[in-house]
Amino acid sequence: MDDQKPGSPQIVDLPKIDNSTDTRDYLARAKPHAEKFKDYFIVDVDAHVSEGAFWSEVTDKIDSDVWRQMAKAQEIRKAQGLMNSQPGTNYQDAFGRIPHQQALNEHTAKNGAHRQVQLLQRAIDTMGIDIMCAFPTPMLLLGMHPQTEVEVQVGHAYNRWFTEDIVTQDKRIVGMLYLPFNNPQECVKVVEKYAANPSVVGFMVSSTRYKPVYHDDYMPLYAAIEASGKPLGFHAGFHWGDQSMQQCNRFIGMHSISFVYFNLLHLTNWLVNGLPERFPKLKVIWIESGIAWLAFLMQRLDSEYMMRPSEAPLLKKRPSEYVREMYFSTQPLEHSNMELTQATMKAMKAETQLLFASDWPHWDFDLPNSITNLPFLDEQAKRNILGLNAARVFNLEVPAHKNGAKAPAPREMAPAK
Amino acid sequence: MSAVRIGKADEIKDGDYRVVAIDRFEVGVFNNGGRFVAYENRCPHYDGPVCQGRIYNRVEEVLDERQCHVGLRFGAERHIVCPWHGWEFNLETGVHPGDKHMKLKKVNVEVLDGDIWVETPRPR
Ligand code: FES
Repeated sequence: MDDQKPGSPQIVDLPKIDNSTDTRDYLARAKPHAEKFKDYFIVDVDAHVSEGAFWSEVTDKIDSDVWRQMAKAQEIRKAQGLMNSQPGTNYQDAFGRIPHQQALNEHTAKNGAHRQVQLLQRAIDTMGIDIMCAFPTPMLLLGMHPQTEVEVQVGHAYNRWFTEDIVTQDKRIVGMLYLPFNNPQECVKVVEKYAANPSVVGFMVSSTRYKPVYHDDYMPLYAAIEASGKPLGFHAGFHWGDQSMQQCNRFIGMHSISFVYFNLLHLTNWLVNGLPERFPKLKVIWIESGIAWLAFLMQRLDSEYMMRPSEAPLLKKRPSEYVREMYFSTQPLEHSNMELTQATMKAMKAETQLLFASDWPHWDFDLPNSITNLPFLDEQAKRNILGLNAARVFNLEVPAHKNGAKAPAPREMAPAK
Repeated sequence: MSAVRIGKADEIKDGDYRVVAIDRFEVGVFNNGGRFVAYENRCPHYDGPVCQGRIYNRVEEVLDERQCHVGLRFGAERHIVCPWHGWEFNLETGVHPGDKHMKLKKVNVEVLDGDIWVETPRPR
């Protein structure tokens, strides 16, 4: 080795990363990438708030004084009042290996915006996001709560907290609101209340639940969302308490299957019962199951449908053709076999139907370079997936300087009934 | 290639590390049982700051002679875990335990007269 010339290079120590690390330092490596693609319009259709860290603010907004008191009584004991917790929820940081997942402890300004807003802003700025659509975290499992009334009370309270205290502080933060799906009538109230709110870009079902999406009780809900012009999302989640999943002895096994399973189930029911034909203008997004499952499901349903069309009489074409008219979020994007990734994207018409999602701050998050690094996508497809497709689904305005290429034409819609 | 002195070897205890940016070149220097190894601070997964993560010993599964599960234990092999998504790399070899093609980029490091010198890619 040659000798060092005194004083020539600048040596700076980089800190060890832990759960106190500032998001901007944690994601610093993403910043140059964001600079490079700053003329892209980037919409993150699925990031998360950590509502558990602000739980008393949420439960303050519970309408019923009795349910509110019940929540507060538990909070005195440091529990998240009324919440059901599932086995595995605390395993997500791989037992301390991935420190940004749990117990975030980073410093935020006391007199600045709401702490949650500051945390989201740091991620938005570092990743180069234009619009971030945020959804809750522990509430992903609320659909499994044995008391429907708890889902209703907490769901409404969360929607109030999010629309009154969070999105009001930064226009770049928007949300798909929580639908307490175990009570269809209460879901319709959510749509009626918030349909005109510009920060509410859609409505979301947390998929982890045992409710058949084809039940007639849901038809008024789907009609109301269709009329709003906003999308309906199904956000996947895991459930280790499910009897089938209890056969998995490791989180990795349960999470790999369970996070896809509920979306796989609901999408199958959605198609077989002809819901795309009943609500042809309803935009549906399937969120956080990656994309690999689609190659399986499209082929599987097509071959069964060709043999048993009498069991799906509302369908007028193969199930895979309906899939190609729905929307899917990217994360966690499987890419260990690039040929399969490419084939799947082609099969699902990713260029017009796929929507970038980071899932930040969760442990299996993706950055925009998960799309820009894909060697087989052309420039237009990358722009579409990163933001222009979402702009179309969420009715977002794309600033002229970010519209370097034209947005894809909207898909052919069947006439409204 | 040229070398840069980054500090004293005795400032990094066994099982600990230091990550430095030498101008724009980021390198993690690890004391692994008294032997120093160094890697570029770039994860082969998504370019994350791998060397700034936590060190865990490799988890081993113990089986008996019938191939039945006996239990889990920490082995002697140390891993650096990328803080972005948890990919693990053997500290000694820089290789992921399940895919030998996924590895950290080695940087030459030497201890001379108690000082740590790391090789940097460009002449300075
Ligand atoms: S970037 Fe290192 S594990 Fe993903």
